[in-house]
Amino acid sequence: MAQPLVKKDDDRDDEADYSPFLGIEKGAVLQEARVFNDPQLDPRRCSQVITKLLYLLNQGETFTKVEATEVFFAVTKLFQSKDIGLRRMVYVMIKEISPSADEVVIIVTSSLMKDMTSKTDMYRANAIRVLCRITDGTLLTQIERYLKQAIVDKNPVVASAALVSGIHLLQTNPEIVKRWSNEVQEAVQSRAALVQFHALALLHQIRQNDRLAVNKLVSSLTKGSVRSPLAQCLLIRYSNQVIRESANTQAGDRPFYDFLEGCLRHKAEMVIFEAARAITEINGVTSRELTPAITVLQLFLSSSKPVLRFAAVRTLNKVAMTHPMAVTNCNIDMESLISDQNRSIATLAITTLLKTGNESSVDRLMKQITNFMSDIADEFKIVVVEAIRLLCLKFPLKHRALMNFLSNILREEGGFEYKKAIVDSIVILIRDIPEAKETGLLHLCEFIEDCEFTYLCTQILHFLGIEGPKTSDPSKYIRYIYNRVHLENATVRAAAVSTLAKFGAMVDTLKPRIFVLLRRCLFDNDDEVRDRATLYLNTLGGDGAVVQTGDDVKEFLFGSLDIPLVNLENSLKNYEPSEESFDINSVPREVKTQPLAEKKAPGKKPTDLGAPLAGPPSTADAYEKLLSSTPEFASFGKLFKSSAPVELTEAETEYAVNVVKHIFDAHAVFQYNCTNTIPEQLLENATVIVDASEAEEFAEVASKPLRSLPYDSPGQTFVAFEKPEGIPAVGKFSNMLRFIVKEVDPSTGEAEDDGVEDEYQLEDLEIVAADYMLKVGVSNFRNAWESMGADCERVDEYGLGPRESLAEAVNAVINLLGMQPCEGTEVVPKNSRSHTCLLSGVYICNVKVLVRLQFGLDGPKDVAMKLAVRSEDEAVSDAIHEIVASG
Amino acid sequence: MELCPLIKNILLLDSEGNRVAVKYYSDDWPTNSAKEAFEKTVFTKTQKTSARNEAEITMFDNYVVVYKFVQDLHFFVTGGENENEIILASVLQGFFDAVGLILRGTVDKREVLENLDLIFLCLDEIVDGGIVLETDANVIAGKVASHSMDDGASLSEQTITQALATARERLTRSLLA
Repeated sequence: MAQPLVKKDDDRDDEADYSPFLGIEKGAVLQEARVFNDPQLDPRRCSQVITKLLYLLNQGETFTKVEATEVFFAVTKLFQSKDIGLRRMVYVMIKEISPSADEVVIIVTSSLMKDMTSKTDMYRANAIRVLCRITDGTLLTQIERYLKQAIVDKNPVVASAALVSGIHLLQTNPEIVKRWSNEVQEAVQSRAALVQFHALALLHQIRQNDRLAVNKLVSSLTKGSVRSPLAQCLLIRYSNQVIRESANTQAGDRPFYDFLEGCLRHKAEMVIFEAARAITEINGVTSRELTPAITVLQLFLSSSKPVLRFAAVRTLNKVAMTHPMAVTNCNIDMESLISDQNRSIATLAITTLLKTGNESSVDRLMKQITNFMSDIADEFKIVVVEAIRLLCLKFPLKHRALMNFLSNILREEGGFEYKKAIVDSIVILIRDIPEAKETGLLHLCEFIEDCEFTYLCTQILHFLGIEGPKTSDPSKYIRYIYNRVHLENATVRAAAVSTLAKFGAMVDTLKPRIFVLLRRCLFDNDDEVRDRATLYLNTLGGDGAVVQTGDDVKEFLFGSLDIPLVNLENSLKNYEPSEESFDINSVPREVKTQPLAEKKAPGKKPTDLGAPLAGPPSTADAYEKLLSSTPEFASFGKLFKSSAPVELTEAETEYAVNVVKHIFDAHAVFQYNCTNTIPEQLLENATVIVDASEAEEFAEVASKPLRSLPYDSPGQTFVAFEKPEGIPAVGKFSNMLRFIVKEVDPSTGEAEDDGVEDEYQLEDLEIVAADYMLKVGVSNFRNAWESMGADCERVDEYGLGPRESLAEAVNAVINLLGMQPCEGTEVVPKNSRSHTCLLSGVYICNVKVLVRLQFGLDGPKDVAMKLAVRSEDEAVSDAIHEIVASG
Repeated sequence: MELCPLIKNILLLDSEGNRVAVKYYSDDWPTNSAKEAFEKTVFTKTQKTSARNEAEITMFDNYVVVYKFVQDLHFFVTGGENENEIILASVLQGFFDAVGLILRGTVDKREVLENLDLIFLCLDEIVDGGIVLETDANVIAGKVASHSMDDGASLSEQTITQALATARERLTRSLLA
């Protein structure tokens, strides 16, 4: 079954690479598209050119706006031709370049409307699909009459085209489509299978918010008259939804259960499966209700079709989580699937068996899995390892067999993720099953004897240090650990030294031997290893006397570091060698707010074997708390947005100042973060004098000075302004830092009593429109865009002039608008000549704004941009355009 | 909750994983590079399996993919992780068989490329915006080929002659093969 079919004719082999599109080039094809303008159209040639254009688009080639528009106009000329084949290609082409600008759409509308009323069914069906794809609300009302007719058209293809278009249009123009429900209802009774399916889908979507109506619809249809298997599947999903929503879930009188059960005897496999799956998903399903569904799924397990086997085993796998007993009947069929050619099926079968298996079957199962493991991919192996871990926790008595299995596969080839999954599992088993501890630890010891992953080695050594000393015979681990000191890289050697020290601290009888080993490490060529050895020898009292290890030493060795590492690092940097030793208690324990500069999230780090670290608290929350706890600003209401810090001084000047702009509905607060970088100075009473003469709409209302600003300990001063409520006022502010400076004696740290008033000029600061925009993403941009509607849409085009690259232009506009890029559209693929970027945000006064940016390279460097804005308020849409126009 | 069965994409790749004809119906892959990455993953994950007699199936990244190979062509249909696998398989079978009918049994990359217009029409007739339009291969192929037999239109003499010529040419080729 595996051998590929040999080509029938050998003479073709040498031209295997032949393609009619070999060497195809966009420019040339666009030239060729001129034939569309010929007075005497050659349908065949035109079809060929369209095929080439479609081929280019299909291969990922993009057309600039100008190119797309030109092609579009040329294609519309082809409506003159009566050739049906060509017309079909025209339809596909129009959908493919789907012009968005209204003025362009109008060109084709009349031609399409003519086709829509044509006598030819194929024309009607296709014209409806194309027209509905490119239409907007106003046009839709014009053609509504025809669409309603089409829904009940006697030709099924036409009816389906209208119904499917209705499903799409319901997202954008629900009020119009809802008016068609009489026709749609009629279509549900259609004799044509797919018309029925499409009509049912549309009818349900029209009524989906009306539970009673859905209930009625499902009740009437489940009594029979649905012919299409697809429609039957829909009906099963709908009735399952009704079951889910109905409050009384008493078994026996569950609505529609009989219908679902009846569907298990349907002749179409897709319906049988849909019904079986639906039954397994019923909330609180009883085993009696479950049995018939399991029975049909069991039949599927031995089907010759992989798709059926997969569907069945996947569903049973899910059932096994909640009703393992119900699935045990299928175990024999399931076991034969372990050797299934399709590895997805085999893996699902194994994990199902592991869930349903009983204690007596474990050994047999493990044997089968062992044969199976060698020929599946790592990702499947990880799934199996996890299933085995769960099984082991379920049957702790079987830990020996399962632990052996894990240690065997640990020794085989495998990637990091796979090995990590195994090690993690063993660690968990050691923790949870006391009897498994000693064997488990030895397996881990053997593993590190030959382990290529430094990360796993250090983690295991750390774990050994905690668990090893508590075992009955700790001495047998020492050899494995000390071997690391000889054989591994510096990181692992250092970890091994720490582990040895832990054994020494916990097991007094081992202490002398540990000291000998640690002393040998003093000659290591890596200083970290040497330092650790020295440190531990001293803390453990390695000067010969074997003493009881003190509690504080244990705390030092085994306790966790409860200080944020960043703070410790800062304090250590600031510490100057002196008589006084570094005091760890002086390190602040508070987690400083992260600098707002948006950092890329660091690549996924391997998580510790212990608990994951908590993420940093959100800065927005921190700001809000800070401001609302300041009495001067407490009355300003809810904080709308805080900007990222803007530097107002050059790097490495005497005083470093940056500012965060906090925007409220009717106020703006500037938070100046100041740092004094001169050790010999103490600043007092620092304020920022703000000149708002270039920001007419702002009036200063409050200022909060900074009492004292000692060397290198940041402080904040605030200035608050009143501004017109809800209006995105902009302006420029010049800033001057004013303070009293006092000399500080560096040796004593005492400041002199008298100070001098001084000033320090800071850079200007601006409030821009983007400060009034919140970055708020939407999950499905197209849905959001379409449901927003075109009522307040504003579209315009801009030339951005010569730019470094398309990506640079895209970034510049995103930053200018301060909005959230959606669906990864901020990333511009390399070498692309055009790009569409989707942005969303919330403008002040909570107005949702969506932006669609289309960029195109116009010439070698010039970037042209089309900006379409949709919002709930046209004034806001205009404002967004103003931002871009003035930016 | 989306209740209507939805198709995420239909892919036709060659035996090296290159795109022959594809159609995406979902926003899950907004850029061409995202699409190419998906195609590469699908291709490498299925490459070593034999899907020549029965349609095969796999699941990764929350997608269910059903696929079938013939000669140097790989057919794929993708759906969401909760989609009814058998519905996906019926779409695949519809597409696969329709292509077979359209190409009169000679299904390989070269033949597909030479009739790429018909393949595009075929994709257009199977799914519209993710919703299954038709799964019966005969109906699909009939709709694609209908431009040479639709009764409502006035066919010129010439197109009939052309159609006959192509048919004859194909027949000869398949006889000689």
